[in-house]
Amino acid sequence: MSTTDAPPVRAGEGNRPPNRLFKNLTAKIAAIPMVLTAMVIFVGCTVWTVVHSFTNSRLLPKLDFVGLAQYDRLWGTRRWLISIENLAVYGICSLIFTLVIGFTLAALLDRKVRFEGVFRTIYLYPFALSFIVTGLVWQWILNPDFGVQNIVRKLGWESFEFDPLYNPDIVIYGILIAGLWQGTGLIMVIMLAGLRGIDEDIWKACRVDGIPIWKTYVVVIIPMMRPVFITALVLITSGIVKVYDLVVAQTSGGPGIASEVPAKYVYDTMFEGQNLAQGFAASTMMLLTVVIILIPWAYLEFGGKKHG
Amino acid sequence: MADASMTVPATGLADGPRGPKPRRAFSRGNIFLYGTLGLVAIYYMIPLWVMVMTSLKGMPEIRMGNIFAPPLEITFEPWVKAWSEACTGVNCDGLSRGFWNSVQILIPSVVLSIAVASVNGYALSNWKFKGSEVFFTILILGAFIPYQVMIYPIVIILREIGIMSSLAGLVLVHTIFGMPILTLLFRNYFASVPEELFKAARVDGAGFWGIYFRIMLPMALPIFVVAMILQVTGIWNDFLFGVIYTKPEIYPMTVQLNNIVNSVQGVKEYNVNMAATLLTGLVPLTIYFVSGKLFVRGIAAGAVKG
Repeated sequence: MSTTDAPPVRAGEGNRPPNRLFKNLTAKIAAIPMVLTAMVIFVGCTVWTVVHSFTNSRLLPKLDFVGLAQYDRLWGTRRWLISIENLAVYGICSLIFTLVIGFTLAALLDRKVRFEGVFRTIYLYPFALSFIVTGLVWQWILNPDFGVQNIVRKLGWESFEFDPLYNPDIVIYGILIAGLWQGTGLIMVIMLAGLRGIDEDIWKACRVDGIPIWKTYVVVIIPMMRPVFITALVLITSGIVKVYDLVVAQTSGGPGIASEVPAKYVYDTMFEGQNLAQGFAASTMMLLTVVIILIPWAYLEFGGKKHG
Repeated sequence: MADASMTVPATGLADGPRGPKPRRAFSRGNIFLYGTLGLVAIYYMIPLWVMVMTSLKGMPEIRMGNIFAPPLEITFEPWVKAWSEACTGVNCDGLSRGFWNSVQILIPSVVLSIAVASVNGYALSNWKFKGSEVFFTILILGAFIPYQVMIYPIVIILREIGIMSSLAGLVLVHTIFGMPILTLLFRNYFASVPEELFKAARVDGAGFWGIYFRIMLPMALPIFVVAMILQVTGIWNDFLFGVIYTKPEIYPMTVQLNNIVNSVQGVKEYNVNMAATLLTGLVPLTIYFVSGKLFVRGIAAGAVKG
């Protein structure tokens, strides 16, 4: 094999200088983008934001520390409290429904169904779309003057009311409908992969023992799929915290501020309200939420096993 | 959490395939099974159906009719209007501007992010150095940090380098945030390549780049395709970074779409809006329907941790 591109490698590799820093030098140089991303962006920027959340930066960031004042203000702001409540409702519903629907669809598809590929393709296609597209389509379908409400009324049920996007009390469920439509396919695929990983012999053994199919799922299969469920859980929750585009497209936070979410609060305070530190404090709260979810997972995943 | 997942799915499955003994063909269980799957499939198809149907109708028909009904008179005018005339408030040259902006963002972002991540993944699996695993762990954990935490400091960084509000800045941002998942993807793939192959090449005198370009790259073509699918759909669908790191003239398609549809001025033209929405969704949808299994492999790679 010719060695046209070997010389730079040889310099570090072939001669094996005693200094350990130069061992593997090319690999280290090649990994610079990764190191920079990890240290400057993921660690550096995060620390920077957390530190600046304790200041009273407004239009420009400055290190004028005011302790926890921003957090005090944050938790006294009605818009933030509504955002958190929305996120909680959206999050809990989305988590339960995505897991139930995702698993049910996967279990049904796993019953040696014909045209499985067609069904799977249909269930997953919304996942390929942008949240903006999803939000706008559902905004149109849920439009009370033209969409579902109008059609049911035309069928004769004159007093039928279904206008989630214009009713502050239920607007978050209107967003949930769109979010579920887009997100369940992914969980179905993951669950299906998990179900396929289960040994055929286990099914046979359960059949021999006369355990009904539904009971086999509940007692045997689901406990066996624990890692898959945990992965799904982490994927869903980290997606929930980030929810932003969907709300912007579907309701822009309205009616009023009824469908605001934390990610939107951060964006609006930072780039439109010119209240930087308030945005930093809000984003730090988002980070804290993720950390609280992530630590038990990381502990379960890596704590007990060989990594620990 | 185990409790929730144990009890909840049971309700959905209890009335699943529970008929007598699963007979072939038209047993009650089978009818139930296919019935459920079919109904769910119809539900999932509805938005796409509504988008297409609305975009082919004229406004008078929309005001009269039913959004689910097929058009009485097919018109392609909304598509033309969405593509070349729709207004965003700033200008009225339609979505075409956003489309070309997105293409200009997409191509360098995809190429750069995949190039960087594949080399990273290769270094991490075959040329481990002291600390490489630590950086990799930080990188993967970083994927879980909400973007909102990092967006402002990145604005400052881009401003300092002088590429804020430019295509280059957005490309850099996409490269950075694509790195965790792509690096994981490539690292796992390269780790599965037999080590003998790597050692043999070393004995033959090939170095870091030699092995990468002559052995790993040709072998990893399928995974490059997976990475490409992942990045093209991801970057095309991005909204947040587009809004923050560019300016109105170079807004990507998703941002422009949102501005067109949610603009408060003028009469709402729902058919044009749906045509615009469909146009924006067309690129990722095409990739999805063409790539099939590879798309699934891409998203599964994100789900299965290394």
